[in-house]
Amino acid sequence: MKDINVLMVGVGGQGVILASDAMSEIGMDNGYDVKKSDTLGMAQRGGSVVSHVRWGKHVFSPLIKKGDVDFLIGFEQLESARWAPYLKLGGIALVADVVVVPVSVIGSAIPYPSWDEIKGILTQHTDQTYLVPATRIGLEVGNPRALNMVMLGSLSIFLELEAEAWIENIRRRLPPKFVESSIEAFMMGADEAKAVIQAKEIKI
Amino acid sequence: MKRLLSGNEAIALGAYHAGVAVATAYPGTPSTEILENIVGMEGVYAEWSTNEKVALEVGLGAAYGGVRALVSMKHVGLNVAADPLFAASTTGIVGGLVIVSCDDPGEHSSQGEQDNRHFARVAKVPMLEPTDSQDAYDLMEWAFNISEEFDTPVLLRSTTRISHCKTVVDVNKERKVNMRQPCFTRSPAKFVMVPSNARVRRHAMEERIIKLQAYVEDFPLNKMLLADRKLGVISDGVACQYAREVFKDASHLELTTIYPVPANLIRRFAQEVERVVIVEELDPYLEDEVRRLGIVVTGKEFIPIIGELNPEIVENGAIQAGILPASPKLSHQSRPPAPQLPPRPPLLCAGCPHIATEFALRRLGFYNPNLAKELPLERKIPAQLKKNGLIVTSDIGCYTLGAYAPLFALDTCACMGASIGQALGLEKAGVPNKIVAVIGDSTFMHSGVTGLIDVVYNQGSTTVIILDNETTAMTGHQGHPGTGISAKGTKARAVKLEALAQGIGVNDVTVVDAFDLELIESTISRCVETDEPSVLIARGACPLRAKTSGTPFNVDSEKCNSCYACLRLGCPAISVSEDKAWIDAILCVGSGCGVCAQVCPQEAISESKR
Repeated sequence: MKDINVLMVGVGGQGVILASDAMSEIGMDNGYDVKKSDTLGMAQRGGSVVSHVRWGKHVFSPLIKKGDVDFLIGFEQLESARWAPYLKLGGIALVADVVVVPVSVIGSAIPYPSWDEIKGILTQHTDQTYLVPATRIGLEVGNPRALNMVMLGSLSIFLELEAEAWIENIRRRLPPKFVESSIEAFMMGADEAKAVIQAKEIKI
Repeated sequence: MKRLLSGNEAIALGAYHAGVAVATAYPGTPSTEILENIVGMEGVYAEWSTNEKVALEVGLGAAYGGVRALVSMKHVGLNVAADPLFAASTTGIVGGLVIVSCDDPGEHSSQGEQDNRHFARVAKVPMLEPTDSQDAYDLMEWAFNISEEFDTPVLLRSTTRISHCKTVVDVNKERKVNMRQPCFTRSPAKFVMVPSNARVRRHAMEERIIKLQAYVEDFPLNKMLLADRKLGVISDGVACQYAREVFKDASHLELTTIYPVPANLIRRFAQEVERVVIVEELDPYLEDEVRRLGIVVTGKEFIPIIGELNPEIVENGAIQAGILPASPKLSHQSRPPAPQLPPRPPLLCAGCPHIATEFALRRLGFYNPNLAKELPLERKIPAQLKKNGLIVTSDIGCYTLGAYAPLFALDTCACMGASIGQALGLEKAGVPNKIVAVIGDSTFMHSGVTGLIDVVYNQGSTTVIILDNETTAMTGHQGHPGTGISAKGTKARAVKLEALAQGIGVNDVTVVDAFDLELIESTISRCVETDEPSVLIARGACPLRAKTSGTPFNVDSEKCNSCYACLRLGCPAISVSEDKAWIDAILCVGSGCGVCAQVCPQEAISESKR
């Protein structure tokens, strides 16, 4: 039973909390000790959202120590850059191709960074960075709000539980009308990650 | 059964299984979810009280009536409820009374930081503190039992990281069937605190503490874990978790009885280890307690007194203090510094009914030459106000965000209900400016109304703007006395703001549409010129709750001359695309708002054509 530290970062309204809730419960149902901590600030009002999820034999701190994150799950590009220093050296960063421009960049000296700049920041901590085509998958499944499912799907490939364990929890958690498109998004996110691993762009 | 519960969910469930019959609260981060989780539980009366003082008084009354009562609030709420807390400590109870105080180290969502462990000692009330959700669940039954056994209210202290973290809980109890039956037995010596009775009770309080000191020595949820004897760590709350993580091989003493502390247990632990260190968030509370026992400790020399802890703060402190060796694992510290990235500050929402009023206040506000350059509609500001700008005292709520860019509308924010008293104080001090107090509907009910009574009685001329979004928005849309909705979601009698203001004796009460900028600005300008108190109620529903959506607004890029007057509203739906203002049709709430269309000098903003 490996200790797993996952940091999910994004913006209010992106479904970060639902994803981290699901991952935490799935871990517990499969025998892990689990702790999860959200830092919301005033996220409902457009701020950053950060969720720490820890699986292990016995988890103490509900917060992951800086430099101990195995998987950084970026629901938004700028937020993934902001939290990059939490990555373990050589940890894995899965970043959605989603941009939510904060109002603070308007008329400001600090512009929204390009993907190359963001990737550059992530590369200072790991060379295992992958941009997940979440926007395309959201369109293909006809549910742009399934971003969190795409990200969970991609993450699931790196963890030791089977897809069924995840899908069963997702099914319980979502309103019926979103279940099918969400599972489809989860599977497509998983397929993307598999392809990346097969292409040896990311090593496990 | 194993369940993943937040600390607040665990407190609620623990209280339910312990047979709580009455639960009261005023919403406040990070405590709100306790009552929210209780309202759905069968057999419990639950209410959002007008404020924390009332919440505790209702809880105390229920406890006098023989049943178990739970009262929850955030740390600053206990300041408001301090008076009945001390009274409850003096009289004691009949049914168990547990008061939950959720502190907010690091001020995630608070106007100040305070360590409410001190309240236990000063009010002479026992305090328990969980280290995770399992403790929170288990401690509730202990708390009620202690309350009844020792005839005292019990404080349970949580913090943001306990209340809002989810950890695995073995839910191993059920609600008891033979609940306590409500019954009031007359006992003036206990319940009527005239001085002669209070003097007698005073002795009971001290005797109680002595009995509790003996009781906590064997309290099963205090954990002594002896491992490597070179280092012994004493901690409480979430700091226990950081301590276990960072000092993996050390011996640990985790305390859940915060007041009184188990003195002999601490002495025993100190004898077992070579060096004692204390890891605790905020004040050196345990450190003082342990020092008083004559034990040499290291504490705040390496753990900061300010803000929230986390594992790296504890680890770095320990390395600097020479408690831990510098570890090669800390190589992340030699990594490049974090790059400068655009911040993502919280904003008022698209369609927020506070935006128009705050924008009007900014235009009437203190004359700031730097801001003045940006002001698009300067010509509309009455000359007198501009010269001697309006002072805006403010209060606690979503609207406090109007203090930030780009609105810069507010000049003060202290504590719940303070805006009105502050405005009167500024006026009575003789400050030459006109003064306006801004307060939300829920906050006005909480403690603004007493300030307004003071204005009326003391011949003030304050203008009070009540931003009435018909809910307690900041904490997630709880009901309050003005809403007509009970905590359980059923219809309730509503206290009408305008009738309340008139009843107090305010003759000039005006209700305006919160989205009518022109009317709001002209009404403020009129009200501040009169010599009598006035109340302006700017009424408009919170868009997150009302979820009304009309046709979104749209910028005609031909007409837009890039003056960006609309951006100064701080509406998150408005941004810039190819140098022209642009409105995100998904975020825009549409025709219900339309404030941007009112500020555009080019008349470039209108409802989109379908």
